[in-house]
Amino acid sequence: MPSVAPVTTNGSSNGNGNGNLEPHSANDNIRRFEAPSRPLSPPSDHTLFHSKTRCFVYGLQPRAVQGMLDFDFICKRKTPSVAGIIYTFGGQFVSKMYWGTSETLLPVYESVEKAMAKHPDVDTIVNFASSRSVYTSTLDLMEFPQIRSIAIIAEGVPERRAREILHVAEKKGVTIIGPATVGGIKPGSYKIGNTGGMMDNIVASKLYRPGSVAYVSKSGGMSNELNNIIANTTDGVYEGVAIGGDRYPGTTFIDHMLRYQADPKIKILVLLGEVGGVEEYRVIEAVKSGQITKPIVAWAIGTVAGLLKTEVQFGHAGSFANSQLETAVYKNKAMSDAGFFVPDTFEELPELLGRVYQKLLKAGTVKPSAEPIVPKIPIDYAWAQELGLIRKPAAFISTISDDRGQELLYAGMPISDVFKENIGIGGVMSLLWFRRRLPDYASRFLEMVLMLTADHGPAVSGAMNTIITTRAGKDLISALVSGLLTIGSRFGGALDGAAEEFTRAYDKGLSPRDFVDTMRKENKLIPGIGHRIKSRNNPDLRVELVKEFVQKNFPSCKLLDYALAVESVTTSKKDNLILNVDGCIAVCFVDLMRNCGAFSAEEAEDYMKMGVLNGLFVLGRSIGLIAHFLDQKRLRTGLYRHPWDDITYLLPSLGGGQPGTEGRVEVSI
Amino acid sequence: MSAKSILEADGKAILNYHLTRAPLIKPSPLPKSAVHNPPPKLATLNFPEDADIKGVLDAAEAKYPWLLTPGSKFVAKPDQLIKRRGKSGLLALNKTWSEARAWVEARAKKEQRVETVDGVLRNFLVEPFVPHPDGTEYYICIQSVREGDWIYFTHEGGVDVGDVDAKAEKLLIPVDLSQYPSNQEIAATLLKKVPKGVHNVLVDFISRLYAVYVDCQFTYLEINPLVVIPNKDATSAEVHFLDLAAKIDQTAEFECGVKWAIARSAAALGLPTSGISKDTKITVDAGPPMDFPAPFGRELSKEEAYIAEMDAKTGASLKLTILNSNGRVWTLVAGGGASVVYADAIASAGFAGELANYGEYSGAPTETQTFHYARTVLDLMLRAPQHPEGKVLFIGGGIANFTNVASTFKGVIRALRDVAPLLLEHKVQIWVRRAGPNYQEGLKNIKAVGQELQLDMHVYGPDMHVSGIVPLALNGKTSEIKEFNG
Repeated sequence: MPSVAPVTTNGSSNGNGNGNLEPHSANDNIRRFEAPSRPLSPPSDHTLFHSKTRCFVYGLQPRAVQGMLDFDFICKRKTPSVAGIIYTFGGQFVSKMYWGTSETLLPVYESVEKAMAKHPDVDTIVNFASSRSVYTSTLDLMEFPQIRSIAIIAEGVPERRAREILHVAEKKGVTIIGPATVGGIKPGSYKIGNTGGMMDNIVASKLYRPGSVAYVSKSGGMSNELNNIIANTTDGVYEGVAIGGDRYPGTTFIDHMLRYQADPKIKILVLLGEVGGVEEYRVIEAVKSGQITKPIVAWAIGTVAGLLKTEVQFGHAGSFANSQLETAVYKNKAMSDAGFFVPDTFEELPELLGRVYQKLLKAGTVKPSAEPIVPKIPIDYAWAQELGLIRKPAAFISTISDDRGQELLYAGMPISDVFKENIGIGGVMSLLWFRRRLPDYASRFLEMVLMLTADHGPAVSGAMNTIITTRAGKDLISALVSGLLTIGSRFGGALDGAAEEFTRAYDKGLSPRDFVDTMRKENKLIPGIGHRIKSRNNPDLRVELVKEFVQKNFPSCKLLDYALAVESVTTSKKDNLILNVDGCIAVCFVDLMRNCGAFSAEEAEDYMKMGVLNGLFVLGRSIGLIAHFLDQKRLRTGLYRHPWDDITYLLPSLGGGQPGTEGRVEVSI
Repeated sequence: MSAKSILEADGKAILNYHLTRAPLIKPSPLPKSAVHNPPPKLATLNFPEDADIKGVLDAAEAKYPWLLTPGSKFVAKPDQLIKRRGKSGLLALNKTWSEARAWVEARAKKEQRVETVDGVLRNFLVEPFVPHPDGTEYYICIQSVREGDWIYFTHEGGVDVGDVDAKAEKLLIPVDLSQYPSNQEIAATLLKKVPKGVHNVLVDFISRLYAVYVDCQFTYLEINPLVVIPNKDATSAEVHFLDLAAKIDQTAEFECGVKWAIARSAAALGLPTSGISKDTKITVDAGPPMDFPAPFGRELSKEEAYIAEMDAKTGASLKLTILNSNGRVWTLVAGGGASVVYADAIASAGFAGELANYGEYSGAPTETQTFHYARTVLDLMLRAPQHPEGKVLFIGGGIANFTNVASTFKGVIRALRDVAPLLLEHKVQIWVRRAGPNYQEGLKNIKAVGQELQLDMHVYGPDMHVSGIVPLALNGKTSEIKEFNG
């Protein structure tokens, strides 16, 4: 982390108002922060967080970190509250974050020691480690005396481990918030992790500036409600902590209530307890003993529990009453008896809080400060997009498949329907290649082509290449690709050529005989015609299969008929000039594209031009090439070396001859 | 995920296996036992809905041949987290197998009332009967608190143990196990009223019991009676745990799952380990995964099971408990805290008996998950008979952190659309309160649907208290807060 890079002095934080200061490169828009010039004077004991609090976030949680930085920014903090990220799995060196509309770089540390040494001003940690690893990581973190508090976010920390953590923390004087909490917030100063949620919530509850009410809540979710209630009925939140819903939270109500009592800026305390546990009673004792004198507005949720016929485990692990004392009803009564302001129902709490606040306001105990201007918050791109507020051109377009939803879609068809309707590989091809369902016979024809082209023995050039590559010890993909790369106009390309020539002739209106004559005149072979062995009397069964299927199923097979007419011309010259399997597939495929009703004439033409027939061959033959690879591996064949006696060596004899002509080999055929 | 009760059979199997294996915190007065405990004799008889009672019993005779040993006597009892079984007449003591079999047969799959709860008896435990003289029934209980684990012990155990809090000796074992008390301290605090001769045996047993408690992460363990039969000259004793109730910490599964499983494997229970047949399920550990049964009388209904299954498959949280399927008041609440607050508000409005369900959805479920969740609740509500005063549905929730309210509401809206005519037929009043990211859009959409389908619907946003709509709906209270009209 280049921590000594110059600090940008122009007000890049207030956006693009300055035309002449517009950043020229992305780097110009990165905000860098200097380390504090002198160590801060230690805060008082009751102050857990303040506007210069610096923390580490343990675990890779970019969204939470961004939320914290956004909060810092709208609170007009000079430096971000997050000094760095500790991520023991390592990898990244820095993490890029927004600071307002500009960007900043946060260091990512692999080792805790290094992070601590680099940032002696950090005294708190937001620990996002999982329930499995949070125990060891928290114990490690507590080894460093600079750490005063740790928030543990994980849910499902075993109770024994939680108790061990809090026991060690007590001995070392570390404040633990959590486990199973969202954290806490100190308006205008510091926010733990995801507390408060989206910036909209934070602004709506005025959490960018301090009020004079402090709360402790068991539930993190309900802390949003408290923020809202307090903002609506008083001058706002001074500090709020959610201690977490587990049975053994690291710190409980009393720990924070005593801090709040000691902080002169806090005028009203709010306690939101819950069924289960006995921690509320310690606050009652503190009030009775006079340790806490500030007014407390309180409620314990879960009063319903006693009224239900059976045991219900509510959302929180700790919300289960093991005795009368732990019920919410009992707690509310005890708190009320001790002089807390306890409403009859939770719904009446806002009104009661409002009344308590008004009383203090009248008495002059609370003096609300002037409202600052509501800060503007930059809206996140992803969120703005979700709300449909912005748009931007996409760099890529895909029209065939979509993996973002509940189910994978092939051209709009959910993958479960693909199986339900049993559309086969031909159906999948038609969806992905042509973005439409083709008639069943078309799918079956595609499958037929794949089956027919799958392999043609080891001697053909593609298979040969695959075999040789395999025997050189290469992997499946290399072997497959070396075979595929031979496919072109000579090997496997007969399909494309045949389709082209036959179509052209047919579309020009040449009669089959004229077509054969023209080709002969041009000294061209007709692709798709001729076979080494097979002949009219010894027909190729593969061709018979295709012909039969197409004639039976296709609505029209004009080009096949045309090709067969051509065949009857050529076979009259020589018996083995038959329509071969490549030619047959090619013309049938054209028939399919033209006549199945799914394509317009232009579309059909287009697909042919794109080389879809080659695709068909590549796909089919891949089956065979992979088979050859597996076969060679299975046979454990060694490296292939071609025998010398199978190569004719014709080398020039060097020496002699004019410069430039020496060593020329003249071969005349 | 929390501390959960386990079956007595499972608890006994774990104790039996780990008593000699769990590492002791400090050396006990007795030398380490040279042999491990033999497999426990625990015959579990389970009768699912479609089971043939006779068939299950016959199968048990084949599986547990010791049941047929002539002259043996047995104890039979339901094993379904029922407290004080003796007092409810659910304990058959000192029976021959044929008597025990008849006793189980008469009760299996039968409805039973225990105190105020009705449930079906489905799971029984049959064990050998341990005859013991009077005055040998002790009581021991370990339970966890913030500071450590309390051990309660009294020499007057048994069915009539009475107020344990008042009469038991107590010892707190601190969380920091380096502070574990010495053997003398244990004996001096807990065994004051126990004959000296059995002190060593009992201190050893307590130490090992506590070691298992720690090692297998129990949070509660009660043995009553704990039978301690001294030998002739009262210098040593046999210890039997006859009746046991326990909770273990489900969240510790990643640490202890293997220990819970191995103690309950066929080998540890002395059952024939059938070879790998086709039906043998592959389990994660060397034994069956821990089973956390629902409380007695709270068998999961089809719908609850469906939601629980959905819950298990996603990162989101989806919970549903049906309290009274014929109740008038139904809830569809987002958020763990808010759902409790809603239940509270409904109860304090005087409708606890009419509250039909407790449940919540949170943790950003997808639109489809929300739809299925909402649909399940709506189906249950509309399947129950109509009520002359109509029904009330709360679509509530707190201020979401990150969930896009509009998109989760899409799922709810889809479900409402599906059942709109029935909602009218059942005269369902719908009250909505929700806030959080993009709530404006969400509320606008649901309100529009309410108007389109002519539902009796009221919609509020964050200016309404989280559960403020409950007294409005149920007690006819009025509020100055305006309905949402975005």
